[in-house]
Amino acid sequence: MQTYYPLFTAIPLAAAFLNLLLSKISMKVSDYIAFLVTGILAVMAVRMLFEAPFIYAVGNWRPPLGILLVSDGLSSLMLVIINVIGLLAVIFSMKYMTTYTAKPKYYSLFMLMIAGMNGVVITGDMFNLYVFLEIASIASYALVGFGTGKRELEASFKYLVLGGVASTAILFGIAFLYSITGTLNMPDLAQQLETIGMTRTVGFVVALFIMGFGLKASAVPFHAWLPDAHPSAPAPISAMLSGVLIKALGIYTIMRIMFNIIGQNELISAIIMFLGALSMVVGVLLAVGQSDFKRMLAYHSISQMGYVTIGVGLGLNPKIDPAVAALGLFGGLFHLVNHAVFKSCLFLCSGAFEYRTGTREKHEMGGLVRKMPVTSTTCSIASLSISGVPPFNGFWSKLIIILALIKAGYWIYGPIAVLVAFITLISFIRLQTGVMFGKLPEKFSGVKEAPFAMTLPLILLAILCLGIGIAYPWIDYGLLQAARDALLDKMAYMNYLIGG
Amino acid sequence: MILYFLSMVLLVMGLYCLVAKKNIVKKIIGIVIIEYSVNLFLVLVGYRSGGIAPILVKGMQAEELVQKGVDPLPQALVLTSIVIGLGTMALMVALCLRMYEKFKTFDMSKINTLKG
Repeated sequence: MQTYYPLFTAIPLAAAFLNLLLSKISMKVSDYIAFLVTGILAVMAVRMLFEAPFIYAVGNWRPPLGILLVSDGLSSLMLVIINVIGLLAVIFSMKYMTTYTAKPKYYSLFMLMIAGMNGVVITGDMFNLYVFLEIASIASYALVGFGTGKRELEASFKYLVLGGVASTAILFGIAFLYSITGTLNMPDLAQQLETIGMTRTVGFVVALFIMGFGLKASAVPFHAWLPDAHPSAPAPISAMLSGVLIKALGIYTIMRIMFNIIGQNELISAIIMFLGALSMVVGVLLAVGQSDFKRMLAYHSISQMGYVTIGVGLGLNPKIDPAVAALGLFGGLFHLVNHAVFKSCLFLCSGAFEYRTGTREKHEMGGLVRKMPVTSTTCSIASLSISGVPPFNGFWSKLIIILALIKAGYWIYGPIAVLVAFITLISFIRLQTGVMFGKLPEKFSGVKEAPFAMTLPLILLAILCLGIGIAYPWIDYGLLQAARDALLDKMAYMNYLIGG
Repeated sequence: MILYFLSMVLLVMGLYCLVAKKNIVKKIIGIVIIEYSVNLFLVLVGYRSGGIAPILVKGMQAEELVQKGVDPLPQALVLTSIVIGLGTMALMVALCLRMYEKFKTFDMSKINTLKG
């Protein structure tokens, strides 16, 4: 498996270009290519879980010179999330995207996005990370504007402008890091920064990175693009953006850089936790008043990413009990996985409703549970998960984060997290009553259940929501623990330089 | 030192252009200026006064190259970053044209179908 590691980016990149060529012969072919490629990637990603950590030196150049690919607990976890959700989104797209034209172009952009995200997750080289980040970002800008309506174009342009500035900030940070250390290799950078310490330059780099990656993760002062961009994209892309992209480009990079390269630091921890708390509160308050189904979900993405951020921030604090910090980080990672599952399920549900009813306004729908039972049931399960109702998966991760916050003595952030969970519940109960229950409008009397290609991913994701939640008290999730240990062990990461 | 400072001035100019101008085309120019300021900064990181091209020619000692040659890595990075910038710019211009078709204007303050 180790020798195939670069294929995680090579396969989708090749498929993206082949797809466009082959679709000249037959339009049908792009469906199969996309399904085949994401299927292979998903199987490969699941198999990667059973591999011990290793490094792959591209072109056999010794680590500080050439590009390094690193596989450890965290990157395996992210690979599984990206590729499994990607596969489900492709299955959903087969039927859903028939409402759009230019399906092969859609799949090519989709493949490019997957290639970029996989690259960000597997790389161990700072500039390589930037390049893959830009590949994924540019593909996602184009996908947001894929509908080419007024709203889509404006959202895409807005996203592009803000994303462009963020990328610039990241590149500036990388240039500064290179100027003080003379290396781009991430384990080598970690070693060099260990001797340099927290100088003012490093502080500036951290500020640039928090701004740049924070914008990609849509933490609150940088969130303005997300509520426009995510609803404007086609539903499977919304699911990919909210479920995977903001995690792979935003939170993953912040975690990797802050934990493994810069190292735990009290000030950075305080800033990241503050951003997390702010995201939680502002996101959920803005979500309550929304009438557009997908727009509401987008605001909830900001709020739920706040939970992940606050858990990660807690783990970064070296002054508190290491066990509590590890618990907070575990909660953050657990919520990251859970959010990927239930938020992509919700966005796909919104797509299924839109496909059959042609509207996204909550007050125009109603009583759809009788007409679309499968979609409605899965939507209910995902809603209960996101609002943190036991025994669904969202409950456990929120509980762990809140417990860790209280144990660490954050008496303001802990109750805020409880309150936000409560407001989320209210917001989703209103969604349920608005869309699924109540009176069925006259014009929707002929509505049928969504086709099988659309309900299958929904059912699988709903089973995951329920399964992860019910299994949690009995199974200790070794996958998440491996990811957490990979983050907390900076020494092990630096040792990848000499071959792990 | 003054050159580093100038690249920062370029960055601020680009940011001003991006924030203050209403015309989409000018905003695009602003982003491009920002990108170029980073490229300038990045290539200055590898700069060395009186340096030579980092190529080992016939009759040159390796030590001489190490002492005098400029750092080639930032140059490679800048090339990559320029290509990425080109990709972004192409997409921006394409979006800009499409927006002109739909809205019949380049004025961003008149393009406001979204709430924020």
